[in-house]
Amino acid sequence: MTNEELVPHLFRAEHSKIVAVLCRVFGFEHIEIAEDIASETFAAAIETWPYKGVPPNPTAWLYTVAKNKAKNHLQRNQLFAGKISSELTKHHQEFEDALDISEQNITDSQLQMLFAVCNPVIPSEGQVGLALRILCGFGIDEVATAFLTNKATIEKRLYRAKEKLRQHQVAIEFPPDKEIDNRLGAVLTTLYLLFSEGYYSENKDNVIREELCLEAMRLTQLLLANPQTNRPEVNALFALMCFQASRFKARKNDNGETVLYGDQDESLWNYHLIEQGMKYLREASHGDRLSTYHLEASIAYWNTIKADTHEKWENILQLYNQLLQIKYSPIAALNRTFALSKANGKEIAIIEVEKLQLTDNQFYFALLGELYAGIDDQKAIENFGKALKLAKTKTDKHTIQRKIDTIAAKA
Amino acid sequence: MDEYALIMRHMDGSKIASPEQMQAWMKATMDWIGGIAAQNKFVSGTGLVFDGARVVHHDKTVTNGPFGEIKETIGGLIIVKAESFEEAVEFAKGAPVLGGEGNTMEVRKIAKRDGAH
Repeated sequence: MTNEELVPHLFRAEHSKIVAVLCRVFGFEHIEIAEDIASETFAAAIETWPYKGVPPNPTAWLYTVAKNKAKNHLQRNQLFAGKISSELTKHHQEFEDALDISEQNITDSQLQMLFAVCNPVIPSEGQVGLALRILCGFGIDEVATAFLTNKATIEKRLYRAKEKLRQHQVAIEFPPDKEIDNRLGAVLTTLYLLFSEGYYSENKDNVIREELCLEAMRLTQLLLANPQTNRPEVNALFALMCFQASRFKARKNDNGETVLYGDQDESLWNYHLIEQGMKYLREASHGDRLSTYHLEASIAYWNTIKADTHEKWENILQLYNQLLQIKYSPIAALNRTFALSKANGKEIAIIEVEKLQLTDNQFYFALLGELYAGIDDQKAIENFGKALKLAKTKTDKHTIQRKIDTIAAKA
Repeated sequence: MDEYALIMRHMDGSKIASPEQMQAWMKATMDWIGGIAAQNKFVSGTGLVFDGARVVHHDKTVTNGPFGEIKETIGGLIIVKAESFEEAVEFAKGAPVLGGEGNTMEVRKIAKRDGAH
């Protein structure tokens, strides 16, 4: 590995750890100082490594420098030091001991930070943004690229999110055992949003999209590695992520356009991830609570089987029937009705779709178009036409237009 | 939007159906409920087990039931959201339990907690 390759990923991975460890000592009020120290540490690496060579253990080097910088900062800034040391005396700890850079403490600090960031006092987009910045070590412009927006918007969003955490005096700590279930829900929601941000985003940049998914999976693994948070629904969420990520390469073509499930090249599916997904889904089946992640992961599992069997669609249909009873969403309602058409027939499904009346949703009309095709082509074209009017992205418009052309050519 | 209970009433709960019939009935019921949930109108639901059912009478005697002289029994109920009785009735019309002769669906508005029904 050359230096140029080593450095960006190392920095990204270590940034979040250094910030988490420092924050645990400084408190969330001083997160900017923690972030500055982390940045200064990398700056120091850039200034020395190219000339003196990358140290044998780059990570240890970074921690030593970060630790020294933190100490220097305390010496320089008496006011800040006063606050911190009074905090530390309360806990009978010395700064030197508190700044523990053992593997265990790093993992713990990151987990605690994860619980702090995924706090419902901040809006979900703020949570996902903060998670990317603090826990995944993304730069402001990388976060902006991920959200398809500009730096100023992200800076404002992150600033507000941090202010909210300060106002509510959110502590960087592991929630008490009896509260874990409650708090875990918010954490899982944020991790799933982070994953979806990468998976479903219109972002042309495949690298950014894939990294968002991988970061979401890495953070979920932090939860799995801790016995207190290794709960069935966490396993189910991880299984869901594995199944979906397995199609990552097949879902977009070289131009960044979405490739529909039916048109995907299965040789591009990642079978190792599918196996991982099955393993975690089995793990998830211990316990007596059926979460939406269990249902969604099971649906995703069936989608890794491409053959169009009745068994597959019947299972998907029943899973959606259950999912909708727990958590309604228009897209789940439409997917359920698609499964219904496969399991019970198109005619029955058409009646059911029309009851949904999701007339501001392009996929509602696209589904009707799909179902009418071959039964009433005129109606199929009409419905695809309505979907076309509602479609926002170029890819969607292109896909719908192709459907209309195919039906029209047959007529 | 109000909440309504859709109560499944079986003419004869003691009638034994074949496993095949039971499975078909179960699937139809799950699809019916799924269809209501897909319209975001499902609130909750529960089935009631026939097996081991008892009836406690006025004089506190207990009989196996409810299939004595009155054969009709409640098989389960779901609670839905609906704009009107008419809409709730439309949901009820789709209930697979109506496939059995003599079976009925009872539609009842859920009393609101504010005391104003």
